[in-house]
Amino acid sequence: MDQPSSDSALSAEAGATPAVRFDNVGMRYGRGPEVLSDISFELPRGSFQFLTGPSGAGKTSLLRLIYLAERPSRGLVSLFGEDTSVMERDALPAFRRRIGVVFQDFRLLSHLSVFDNVALPLRVAGQGVRQYGEDIVELLNWVGLGHRIDALPPTLSGGEQQRAAIARAVVSRPEILIADEPTGNVDPEMGRRLLRLFVELNRLGTTVLIASHDISLIRSVNAPVLELAEGRLNRRARSV
Amino acid sequence: MNKPRRPAPLLPEEAGRDLPLLAVCAILIFLACLSVIGAAGAWQAASGWSGQLVSEVTLQVLPGEETNGDEAAREAGALASGLPGVVSVEVRARSASEALLRPWLGNARLPEDFPVPRLVTLEIDPENPPASGALDALFADAPYRVIVDDNRLWAGAIARASATVRYFAIGLVVLMCAAAAAVIVFAARAALSMRRDIAYALHLVGAPDRFIIALFQERFFMLGLKSGVAGSLMALLATLGLGYAGGSAGALFFLPSLAPGWGIVVIVPIAAFISGAISGLAARLAVSAGLQARWS
Repeated sequence: MDQPSSDSALSAEAGATPAVRFDNVGMRYGRGPEVLSDISFELPRGSFQFLTGPSGAGKTSLLRLIYLAERPSRGLVSLFGEDTSVMERDALPAFRRRIGVVFQDFRLLSHLSVFDNVALPLRVAGQGVRQYGEDIVELLNWVGLGHRIDALPPTLSGGEQQRAAIARAVVSRPEILIADEPTGNVDPEMGRRLLRLFVELNRLGTTVLIASHDISLIRSVNAPVLELAEGRLNRRARSV
Repeated sequence: MNKPRRPAPLLPEEAGRDLPLLAVCAILIFLACLSVIGAAGAWQAASGWSGQLVSEVTLQVLPGEETNGDEAAREAGALASGLPGVVSVEVRARSASEALLRPWLGNARLPEDFPVPRLVTLEIDPENPPASGALDALFADAPYRVIVDDNRLWAGAIARASATVRYFAIGLVVLMCAAAAAVIVFAARAALSMRRDIAYALHLVGAPDRFIIALFQERFFMLGLKSGVAGSLMALLATLGLGYAGGSAGALFFLPSLAPGWGIVVIVPIAAFISGAISGLAARLAVSAGLQARWS
C-alpha cells in the first residue's frame, strides 16, 4: 500500500504551527452532557492521521469543531495557529476554504448535477466554468464518475454519492482534508482507490484526518491513530 | 470538454411555489398603481380647474339709486376691457342674474326697479394677468359699486382638495409597499428555512454570508420585477377600462377623469423597478438576519 508522508512531513514541519491543535477541549450541545471532554492533540501540517472509535464516541463532533461548524464549550481549538473561539464571523469563510470535508451523509445538493456539486467550492471561490471545467471532468473520471457527470444525486447509488462528495472535498486542493467514513459505502477496490487519492493529496502537502471504523482501511496505511471513546481521546498509536 | 457548460443556478427554480407569492405581490402593486393613477388623474383635473378659475374674473355691478343697471354693466365692461391682461369681456344680461337668484327668490318676475346686480365676465391672460388691485382701483370713482370676484376662494379649495388626494394616495402607496415588503420578508425567511441545506453546504465550502444573501436577493428581485410588471399592467388596463366606461365612472369615484394620457405607461417600468428593489432589499434583510441567527 502507498504510504503517506506523515513521518517526513512531521520532521520537516517540526516546530512549525500545527494545522490543527486542540487544548483541553470540551463540547456540549445546548445544555446536554459533554460529548467531548478534555481533548488535546495536534495535527502537524502535512500529516496523515486516522480518527477511530465506536459510534457515539464523538468523532463527528470533533470533526465539526475542526471545520468550524461548531465552537468548543471550553478549551482551545486552533486552526493554522488561530484560536477559533475568537474568530470573527467574517473570517470563517477564508478558513473554511482551506478545509475540504467529506461528510458522512455526503451533503450533496440534490438539484445540482454531479459536475455542479463538485464545482461548488470553486464557484464560491469566484472561478468560472472555463477555468475549472476540464479539471472537474478529469477528477470525476478518476473517481469513476465520468459517466455520471450530469446525473443528479438522488439518482446515484450510495457509493457514487460518496465519490462525488470526495471529489468535491478535494477539488480545491485544500490544506486540510477531513473525511468522515469516506469509504463506508464503496466496494473494497474503490475504497483502496480513494485512499490512494487521499495519500496522494497528503504527499502534495495536504493534512489529512480520516474518521473511520474500517480496521482494514486503517491498517492499510502506516499512520497515527486517534482513538475516541465516550468523548475522550484514549490513546495515540500507529495503525500498523 | 465536448460541450460548453453553463453552471446551474445554486437556488433551484421554484416556479410552482413562487406563483402564489407573485400573485399577492402583483395585487399589492396593482392597488398601489391604481392609487398613483387616481391621484395623478385628480391632480390633473384639479390643475385644469384651477387654470380655468384663475383665467376668469367676475364683476358684480351693483347699480346705485340713480344709475341704470344695464348701462353701469356696459360701462364697467368697457372700462375693464382697456386694462392690460384682460383678453375679452362679456356683459351678461339682467336675465342671467335673475336666473341665478331664482333658487332664493322663486319664479315670480322681479319688479323692474328691483336692484338686481349685473354680471360681467372677464377672460384674463393667465400668463400676464392684470396687476393686483388694478380692477378695484379702476372702479373706485364709479357712480356704482363693483365687487371683483377673482375666484381665489375656489382655487384655494381645489388646491387643498388636490393636495389631500395626493397625500392620501402617497399614504396608500407607502402602505402597499410596506405590505409587499412584509410579505417578502416572510417568504424569504420561509425560503431560507426550506433551503437551509444549500446555505449550510455553501457555508462549509467557504461561501461568505454575502454570497448566500446575493442568491436570495437576486431571486426575490426578479420576483418583485415580475410582480411589478404584472400589477402595473393590470392597473393600466383597469384605468383604461374605467376611462372607456365614460364619465359616469369618473363621477362615481369623484375623479373627473381616470384617463391620464399615454404618459402614464411609464408607471410600468417605474413600478417594476420599485417593486424589484423593495423585494430584493426585504429579502436581503430577512436572509441576513436568518443567517446571523442560525449559523455561526
